[in-house]
Amino acid sequence: MTTILPLTLQDVAVRRRGKRLIGPVTTTLGRQGITIIVGPNGSGKTTLLKVMHGVERISTGTVRWAVPDSEAQHHQGYVFQTPIMLRRSVADNLRYPLQLHNIAKAETEQRMIDWARKIGLHDHLQISATRLSGGEKQRLALGRALIRRPEVLFLDEPCANLDGASTRDIEALLIEARKAGTRIVMTTHNIGQAKRLADDALFMLHGIIKEAGPARAFFDAPQSKELMAFFRGDIIA
Amino acid sequence: MNDIFDGLAAAFWLVVSFDPELIEISLRSLQVTLGALVLSCAIALPLGTFLAIRRFRYRRLTISVLNALMGLPPVVVGLIVYILLSRSGPFGVLGLLFTPTAMVIAQVIIITPLIASITHQAMRELWAEYHDLLISLNTSQWQRVKTLVWDGRRNLLTAALAGFGRGIGEVGAIMIVGGNIDNATRVLTTAIALETGKGDFALALALGFVLIALAIGVNVSIHWLSRTEREGRW
Repeated sequence: MTTILPLTLQDVAVRRRGKRLIGPVTTTLGRQGITIIVGPNGSGKTTLLKVMHGVERISTGTVRWAVPDSEAQHHQGYVFQTPIMLRRSVADNLRYPLQLHNIAKAETEQRMIDWARKIGLHDHLQISATRLSGGEKQRLALGRALIRRPEVLFLDEPCANLDGASTRDIEALLIEARKAGTRIVMTTHNIGQAKRLADDALFMLHGIIKEAGPARAFFDAPQSKELMAFFRGDIIA
Repeated sequence: MNDIFDGLAAAFWLVVSFDPELIEISLRSLQVTLGALVLSCAIALPLGTFLAIRRFRYRRLTISVLNALMGLPPVVVGLIVYILLSRSGPFGVLGLLFTPTAMVIAQVIIITPLIASITHQAMRELWAEYHDLLISLNTSQWQRVKTLVWDGRRNLLTAALAGFGRGIGEVGAIMIVGGNIDNATRVLTTAIALETGKGDFALALALGFVLIALAIGVNVSIHWLSRTEREGRW
């Protein structure tokens, strides 16, 4: 199988109305594992994710996949902080991405059932997705992103509004996805979660990558004093 | 007050006796307005949705014009369609003036802006909700329209019913382009105008009540068919 990775960002900057949101950012996304992005609010985590996903217009620099963009777009998934539910049943929400790709009906049904089971919503197939609880919605959003078997999955604080049990469900799904070979990039405010999941990590501050590295070194021996302060729980401005 | 009771009684007898003339003009009313409604929806639903999701240069202007056209005076529409379809007009050769087709054309012009405008309002909200997801899923323009139309179908039903309401009760335009010809282009509203002019208030009122009943009947049956307002739906 050809892979869309690695993803290379070279001197990427995003400016809106004269204000620099991120940049310059230069980084490479390798082929495996879970990358966790941490940083205070407004540091540019979400913008960075959107730049990688290709839905944010960049002002300067280049974002390059191993394959042409039009090809790469088909192999990515994105999960939003607040899950966006289509006003349809749970089953139809899961079917939707497959229908967009004109996948055969029998296969669509099979995959829909499989994923409904994996995300624990197989008893709720005919319920309107808008009536699910917060945790169920986020599981459904995750299932809907993974059902297309993306090579890369971006998640923007997927557990921000969830309780412990729901967070554990989401993390279990993510670990399983990593085992299946999905490359995961995720932002979080929860340092515990970051430690549990990360293979490597990025620390964003004021729109630039302040520090990056393999998880162990990143969490156990942070180099910059800002990251140390962040881990201590200090408020960094 | 007596006139109203006479009208109710007359309406009752017209209906229970299956008055052939009443049935004919009622059916023609339905035929013209439903025909116009189908054509209008085919134009207005995609148009309104398109306006909600697509950014282009004269978008604001288009939307303002559309909103303004909602208040288009039917008599003027009738007059213009009349001129276009008359013998000496550009479409005179088609021989459409004073036919139900001409009435459908006039009604399409009247109700399309209304349906498109309501569609646009409803779709704009839905699009704001879906925007990020549909962009992220890399959907084509056409797939977006289809998704929004399908998931917003209940709102679109409201738009269509508003169009139907405006069409079925409309008299100015269809009077001009249809001519209120007995057995050919007479519909409920033009018949009411005629009977009122002749001073036959009971018959005019009877036709009026039939018209109202028809409008309510169509609304209720469409709601029933589409299962809105049921428990667990919205």
